[in-house]
Amino acid sequence: MTNLSTAPTSSDMAPLQSGHLPRFAPLAVGVLAVAVGVLVGGMALGGGVAGALVLGWLTMIVVLPLWSRVVEGGRKAKDRLVTVGVWSTFGLAMIPLVSLTWTVVSKGYGALTPTFFQNSMQGVLGSGGGIYHALMGTLIVTAVATLISVPIGVLTAVYLVEYGNKNLFSRVITFLVDVMTGIPSIVAGLFAYALFQIFFGPGVKMGFAGSVALSVLMIPTVVRSSEEMLKLVPTDLREAAYALGVPKWRTVVKVVLPTAVAGIVTGVTLAIARVAGETAPLLLTAGLTTSLNFNPFEGRMTTLPVFIYSSIQAPGLYVDEMTSMAWGAALVLVVIVMLLNILARVVGSVFAPKSGR
Amino acid sequence: MSIADPETEIPPPLGTTSKAGDAVFRGLATASASVILLALAGVAAFLLAQGLPALDGTGAQAYGFDNIWVYVGPLLFGTLLAATIALVFAAPLSLGVALVISHYAPRRVAKGLGWAIDLLAAIPSVIYGLWGIEFLAKQLVPVYMWLEAHLSFIPLFAGPVPTSGRTMMTAGLVLAVMALPIITAICREIFAQTPVMHQEAALALGATRWEMIRLAVFPYGRSGIVSAVLLGLGRALGETMAVALVLSPSIVVSFNLISAEGGDSSSTIAANIALNFGNASGSKIDTLIFTGLVLFVITFAVNFLGRWIAARGVKKG
Repeated sequence: MTNLSTAPTSSDMAPLQSGHLPRFAPLAVGVLAVAVGVLVGGMALGGGVAGALVLGWLTMIVVLPLWSRVVEGGRKAKDRLVTVGVWSTFGLAMIPLVSLTWTVVSKGYGALTPTFFQNSMQGVLGSGGGIYHALMGTLIVTAVATLISVPIGVLTAVYLVEYGNKNLFSRVITFLVDVMTGIPSIVAGLFAYALFQIFFGPGVKMGFAGSVALSVLMIPTVVRSSEEMLKLVPTDLREAAYALGVPKWRTVVKVVLPTAVAGIVTGVTLAIARVAGETAPLLLTAGLTTSLNFNPFEGRMTTLPVFIYSSIQAPGLYVDEMTSMAWGAALVLVVIVMLLNILARVVGSVFAPKSGR
Repeated sequence: MSIADPETEIPPPLGTTSKAGDAVFRGLATASASVILLALAGVAAFLLAQGLPALDGTGAQAYGFDNIWVYVGPLLFGTLLAATIALVFAAPLSLGVALVISHYAPRRVAKGLGWAIDLLAAIPSVIYGLWGIEFLAKQLVPVYMWLEAHLSFIPLFAGPVPTSGRTMMTAGLVLAVMALPIITAICREIFAQTPVMHQEAALALGATRWEMIRLAVFPYGRSGIVSAVLLGLGRALGETMAVALVLSPSIVVSFNLISAEGGDSSSTIAANIALNFGNASGSKIDTLIFTGLVLFVITFAVNFLGRWIAARGVKKG
């Protein structure tokens, strides 16, 4: 680039440009805010961590816009005020995540002993029990729910994308999937209970009923994510297959689904992670028991979330022991759910289709 | 594809029965879609069949109340109150967080921040409830004390404050944390879709970043923001465990946000079902199922409204 313009002298610039804060201004005020927060809020006034945070934040949101108002004028000052405000909302939103993670890890860590994973709660009073039965219950109920939801969900998505052509039926189904997404989890539990009550009489509790309730929550998620993924498959691939004389169903099974499989697996894993933590529907359908039960069609079956809930809500005589067990179980549940989430994202990014995007 | 072809007489190569295969596969896909139709019809039908008999229930069936509406009314009030508190806190926060991810943070950082917010959505509700009673409630007691001491002339903050901190306000705040990721996720997509031309035009005219957002991003995303908030409301209305753990069951209409445990705080429909279902039997179960039906209708209406507004906004462009 050749430089054709002559550098303006400082006297030319003066009327054209208003004042600017230096680039390091936000950083400088930030340092000041931390200093004021820690020294005045935290130590001098004795407000502790909360006092330091509040005073530091106040310093930031007052000083920076004020400085800007003096140097840059009102509009820029407002912009800086909003910038600080918007970032503060993010900081505020992170507080629950950090504090929740910290609380669960610090309170749950102590409960994690080998016996905690090997024992059930059968005949346990006070210490010595474990969550083996609840772990197995969660595993079985979620697995059965996945077995029900995945074929129905994926095939429905195939219908919507490959066969539906936006006809009336497919539009109705799309609408109903939207409605299902919004069903409160406890209503799904009531539905499964009402359904099984008709066949097995009142007061029925079994793992399979819990799986049915979870399927109601899981199917719409699976349909939604699979539909999105199938839509991403390029039409060229389908047309190439048709041109070779491959029938439509084989095109779908051998070309379309394998192309979209990574996205579908991601969606399914996220759906599993979501229902694995559901409590309310299982409380109504699968119930609670202290002993191990491997049969989803017979008798009550405890799952991890229900175990946590009941340990807090009805601890019996040994409140402290049950509370610490609940935190231990909460830590295990959080780890399971987080691992599923990470797994989903790894699958989604590693096996993403090379074409199409 | 499904139209009969005169050439079907000739067996296709490789021995595949392509026509039959097509019909079977199409049938399977259609059947799966129909299962969804049946399932939803089933939800409505079973809830109606079990819940409607409770309509004219009195006495023990209505938990000692004169009629079912006296029982459902306060619960409905509590549900709406808790969800309102949640939205008052969650809606502005989510807007800010969505703006950070879509416009303020550098692109590479934004992805990580979005992921952190998604983690909030992944945490099971029972753990939010546990955190609510064991941590948040206790931290909030001094705040409630201050509110009671200085603002008790407002009925919302009348007190007395329970030492456990398990109040309507705590429940609402926990719900706010749970609704936040949903509202954020939708808003962030909408903000990211704002036409770049609109934004650059605003900036070229000398607008600051905030003015650009107010003039280009918010007007474009208005219907999306409204529908996002409504979908968040749907989540807050139906949430069970967090409220069931934080609040004790009671059938009261009370605006008092910072009191509890003396029967001076409302409860929600979902929490009430969870807390009473274990002890209920016979006709009382019908009553609880009826309250579930009421909840279903309300969340359905809210979600429907949200999606309708979103769809209308898309058509307008």
